[in-house]
Amino acid sequence: MSEEKILRILVAKAGLDGHDRGAKIIARALRDAGFEVIYTGLHQTPEMIAEAAVQEDVDAVGLSILSGAHMTLFPAILGALKERGAEDVAVFGGGIVPEDDMPGLTKVGVKTVFTPGASTQEIVDWIWANVEPRSGL
Amino acid sequence: MNKQAWLNEKYPQQEERSERFSTISDMEIEPVYTPDDLNGSNLEGVGYPGEYPYTRGVYPSMYRGRYWTMRQFAGFGTPEDTNQRFKLLLSEGQTGLSTAFDMPVLMGYDADHPRSLGEVGREGVSVSTIKDMERLFQDIPLDKVSTSMTVNCTASILLAMYIAVADKQGIPRSQISGTIQNDMLKEYIAQKEWICPPEPAVRIVTDMIEFCAKEVPRWHAVSISGYHIREAGSTAVQELAFTLADGIGYVQAGMERGLDVDEFAPRLSFFFDIHNDFFEEIAKLRAARRMWATIMKERFNAKNPRSMLLRTHCQTAGVSLTAQQPVNNVVRVAIQALAGVLGGTQSLHTNSMDETLALPTEESVTVALRTQQIIAEESGVTNFVDPLGGSWAIEALTDRMEKEAFAYIDRIDELGGIIRAINIGFPQKEIADAAYRYQQQLDAREKVIVGVNSHAVEEERPMEILKIDPEVERSQIAQVTQVKQGRDKATAEEQLGRVHAAARNGQNLMPVLIDAVKAHCTVGEISDVYREVFGVYQDPAWL
Repeated sequence: MSEEKILRILVAKAGLDGHDRGAKIIARALRDAGFEVIYTGLHQTPEMIAEAAVQEDVDAVGLSILSGAHMTLFPAILGALKERGAEDVAVFGGGIVPEDDMPGLTKVGVKTVFTPGASTQEIVDWIWANVEPRSGL
Repeated sequence: MNKQAWLNEKYPQQEERSERFSTISDMEIEPVYTPDDLNGSNLEGVGYPGEYPYTRGVYPSMYRGRYWTMRQFAGFGTPEDTNQRFKLLLSEGQTGLSTAFDMPVLMGYDADHPRSLGEVGREGVSVSTIKDMERLFQDIPLDKVSTSMTVNCTASILLAMYIAVADKQGIPRSQISGTIQNDMLKEYIAQKEWICPPEPAVRIVTDMIEFCAKEVPRWHAVSISGYHIREAGSTAVQELAFTLADGIGYVQAGMERGLDVDEFAPRLSFFFDIHNDFFEEIAKLRAARRMWATIMKERFNAKNPRSMLLRTHCQTAGVSLTAQQPVNNVVRVAIQALAGVLGGTQSLHTNSMDETLALPTEESVTVALRTQQIIAEESGVTNFVDPLGGSWAIEALTDRMEKEAFAYIDRIDELGGIIRAINIGFPQKEIADAAYRYQQQLDAREKVIVGVNSHAVEEERPMEILKIDPEVERSQIAQVTQVKQGRDKATAEEQLGRVHAAARNGQNLMPVLIDAVKAHCTVGEISDVYREVFGVYQDPAWL
């Protein structure tokens, strides 16, 4: 954490699933680590998440998905960001994603997915190393 | 020598391996327990199994009479897929069915709704119409099995469908038995699948309690659930407290409806999580029984002893399973299942080793069921009734959890009851704090998960996992489209209108819902009526 950079992160919960323990823990951990954090709350559509990302001028979106709908929701969110000219927002995820699905997600532009057992420090370190403030804001 | 002298003089002679000993919920544990630790409750207060306050079990003979019901939760894909899994489980010796519905059902959307995209049949079975329900229970005699259905904000619709299927099979409503989860209060607290705000949601639950008490006497209209509260990250005491507080909320709602407490309370059932901390979990179930008996007798003046019995289903803790070295989960499940049995559960679901990765395969479900059968038939523990009763440690832990949980219930009473407490986010925030604290302890390695922050290994062999064919979504969309096109439109609309009227004028919803589903009104359409009449609840997104 040497840099002086300020990063804004949207922690989002997409789809119908209500399991928000992980998302809330991550949101708090990121806040405690010095990021500016916005939490969307539950049951968001891809459009709602992209809209919030743009409105809040975030540098990254961390998406929590445990429902098995990741192959539908990740591409939809990336698509919705692109439609809004926000394709430079870094999108990463956390949740239950089988190994086999990872290449497909990488291909559509998901930066990384943290699977069960990842420590909050790992996620914090990854963000410092991989997310930059968006230019032109 | 008394305890204090022993603690001062003898115990420090050897070093301890840790600075602090605590349960997974962070309750500190003393080096030794003695009769001095049983503050208020002496052994007389503990009593006998099957006797008030039921600390030692709800029945005198417990598993010497019959084993608990082995009830594995199942549901995925199309109704045919799940029907096949049901039949496998019944042929393997399972004694009751338990249905998992997919996310669209749990949130009140049909398979063809845009919000259902990617979620149809993924985490449970897809059901939009009575046709789906008929296919789900095809060739299963509804008067011979007891069926549990895990569904909440749309529970009224799914129960209406189940009753309608029984009606069509010619089975009297008095003959069907089972449980519908239908615990809306814990949805706002923990699981978070909802349609409308808490007040109308509790009104619908009360309609169902009233209807079942009169029409479907062998049905449990609500299963008051701590499971999701715990899985959301609560401590064991919070699980105990908030679950019983929810129970108090339903009893109050039933009595305000004008029902006699003894008319409906005997059919209230419970559902607890069984986590890793062995003695804490056993004590939790013992405390839960004693607390509920006390609450029913003293707070609600119940006269029928059956109103005072806390009968419970238990499930091993999904949250405790690890994606790392998943075969280790078999051992965790076995330990948790044993705690559930020593705690005196009436029914049990054991999780499968692969559940952190995907829905379980047939092989891993079978191992999970065999785990219960080994405990029941091989281990010998079922020859005893409450074998840990009278253990100073267990009794002290039971007393302490009871005391701490009652303190939470007092706090909720001061806030004006559970709905008011939920509306200001009290239980939600308490749980989020506990969940965060536990994660910090894990990150600091003050708490250990083997294979994750201790004994981790680099290379792991991927497991064979169950995949849901994308074809499921297409075929379920086709099914619901076909039903919508093929039904008598005027009748369906008229029935939806009657649901609308009943929702508005406060008449019991169940009879009109049964008519509506028979007229092929769908889960999504009826949920839309609820949305329109009662409004949509938004996540306050408290951190």
